[in-house]
Amino acid sequence: MNKLKSMDRSVRRNFLTYAIVIAAYIVLQSLSSARGFSPTLRGQLVPICAYVVMALSLNLTVGILGELSLGHAGFMSVGAFSGAVAAAALQNAVPSPGLRLAIALIIGAVFAGIVGTVISVPVLRLNGDYLAIVTLAFGQIIKSLVENLYIGVDSSGLHMSFLKPSIALAQGGRMILNGPMGIPNINKISTFLAGFILIMLTLIAIFNLVRSRAGRAIMALRDNRIAAESVGINVTKYKMMAFVTSAALAGAAGALFALGQNTIVASKFDFNTSILILVFVVLGGLGNMLGSIIAAAALTILPEALRGFADYRMLIYAIVLILVMLGTNSPQLKALFQKLLPGKHGEEV
Amino acid sequence: MMTFLTHLINGISLGSVYAIIALGYTMVYGIAKMLNFAHGDVIMVGAYVCFFAVSSYHLPPILGVLIAMALCTMLGIVIERLAYKPLRQAASLAVLITAIGVSYFLQNGAQLLWGSNNKMFPAIIPGEGISLFGGQLRITAATLVTILACIVIMLALTWFTGNTRMGKAMRAVSEDKGAAQLMGINVNTTISVTFAIGSALAAIAGVLYMSSYPILVPTTGSMPGIKAFTAAVFGGIGSIPGALLGGVLLGVIEIFAGAYISTQLANAIVFLVLIIVLLVKPTGLLGRKINEKV
Repeated sequence: MNKLKSMDRSVRRNFLTYAIVIAAYIVLQSLSSARGFSPTLRGQLVPICAYVVMALSLNLTVGILGELSLGHAGFMSVGAFSGAVAAAALQNAVPSPGLRLAIALIIGAVFAGIVGTVISVPVLRLNGDYLAIVTLAFGQIIKSLVENLYIGVDSSGLHMSFLKPSIALAQGGRMILNGPMGIPNINKISTFLAGFILIMLTLIAIFNLVRSRAGRAIMALRDNRIAAESVGINVTKYKMMAFVTSAALAGAAGALFALGQNTIVASKFDFNTSILILVFVVLGGLGNMLGSIIAAAALTILPEALRGFADYRMLIYAIVLILVMLGTNSPQLKALFQKLLPGKHGEEV
Repeated sequence: MMTFLTHLINGISLGSVYAIIALGYTMVYGIAKMLNFAHGDVIMVGAYVCFFAVSSYHLPPILGVLIAMALCTMLGIVIERLAYKPLRQAASLAVLITAIGVSYFLQNGAQLLWGSNNKMFPAIIPGEGISLFGGQLRITAATLVTILACIVIMLALTWFTGNTRMGKAMRAVSEDKGAAQLMGINVNTTISVTFAIGSALAAIAGVLYMSSYPILVPTTGSMPGIKAFTAAVFGGIGSIPGALLGGVLLGVIEIFAGAYISTQLANAIVFLVLIIVLLVKPTGLLGRKINEKV
């Protein structure tokens, strides 16, 4: 106990985050196997994990690096399609679904990481709103490109075609990716366990990055770029490190998401999805990983939980979103809360 | 040559619509320093109001447009007062997320009120248009009206910001909010007026957009909204001539890319050009360069 107290506050908070995620997994897993969930809710478990990882990875860009990204769904798309194509191509070569899922996640992360590296070169030259609009533009470009990509597989390997749907495949070959129709009939190999492991790995990666020398450099850039530059921090290197890590994690989340769906289409990963994930991050608190996890999980379940209200559910969702933002950010309302809850101020970091 | 001219005119027409929407973004950004993501959905509301005025109540189109402008102006002021004003001092990201909440609210409210099925917007701009070069080049009345409307709005706005008391107040607030307040300018009123003008323009843009792309659904506003936002950044956000230039260029590039390169990739090419422009001129075509002070 003494050892726990003597630890740094942020370390304690990190362990608390790990503990809460593990506890949540155990509770949800036992509830799920005891049939305590409706089928729709059980079907939401894998997407929730994917969105949690998306929110965590975007929090690295927005909360830790301090740059607004409006195209995060683009990386999810790259990961989703590369991962799902890999899983489909390896269907016979790798019979074990667990191993195939692991390979698909890694491939998704690698491809998204490569795209992130390419994009980071122009993106990181800009600042503020201009940087945000370029990430938005890249998100749109990725969506347009994937919508026009056709991939088929046969005995001699993968065949790719851009803009033209016709691919000459050998006997026994089949199409995997059909342009705007996306990937149909996906073999659903993502599991809640895999999602949980991915969340834990993401947390470990982010916490270790943040607590390293590189992480402190990244946060110094966020707090004051000019001051950080003047003490010799390499701006491009550290910005790129955060941006590419974030992209790769989003790619893995995309692959997890795709392999839990029956079909995926490129238009699923559009501007609205990028915004949705940004909402998770801002609502959970910038730089606060536990907050991102809770916000992503709660806001993914909320529309399902509001199903009883049928037509009104998205309207209620919008009103809740506005009220929460007003309640947590308006000075007048904040003062009101502080009057109502005496002795609870000054604990926000 | 004639097809080239036709594409050029179509591009300018589409670009004029983008420019009118971009004006709303750029004025609000210049004054309140916020990205008003709900702006695209105000376009949609304006289009619906005009649609019902014309097709259900059989009002003359010009009256429909005026009603749409009046309602959108009120909507803009109400949104600003209820959702954005309490966050005047908050972080810009918080305001951005609130704007997204407002956008969801408008889209889903429209869906509840008016249903999610497609509505065919009637052709409210009558007339045959004109034929040039012995009928080889035809320009529709809708295209002409769109381009004219854009020019008139630009001239009116330039006059307004340059010569009226309120216009000068707007420029002062966008220059330095604190100093403007010290000089006795009512910042809150100025911001409300900006939202009102932006929303009225959005209503006009909605009707004009519908004259070229007549399918009306609750999400109609989001794509032109994103494009116009891009156009505003393209021209240099905060700059009124920049919005015009950015909008028209964006429209022309989009039509040309669709006509000469690939229809499916038109959007990708538009955004690619934007990225290249921002790399060469990081604050947009007509944006002011801001030097960071240490």
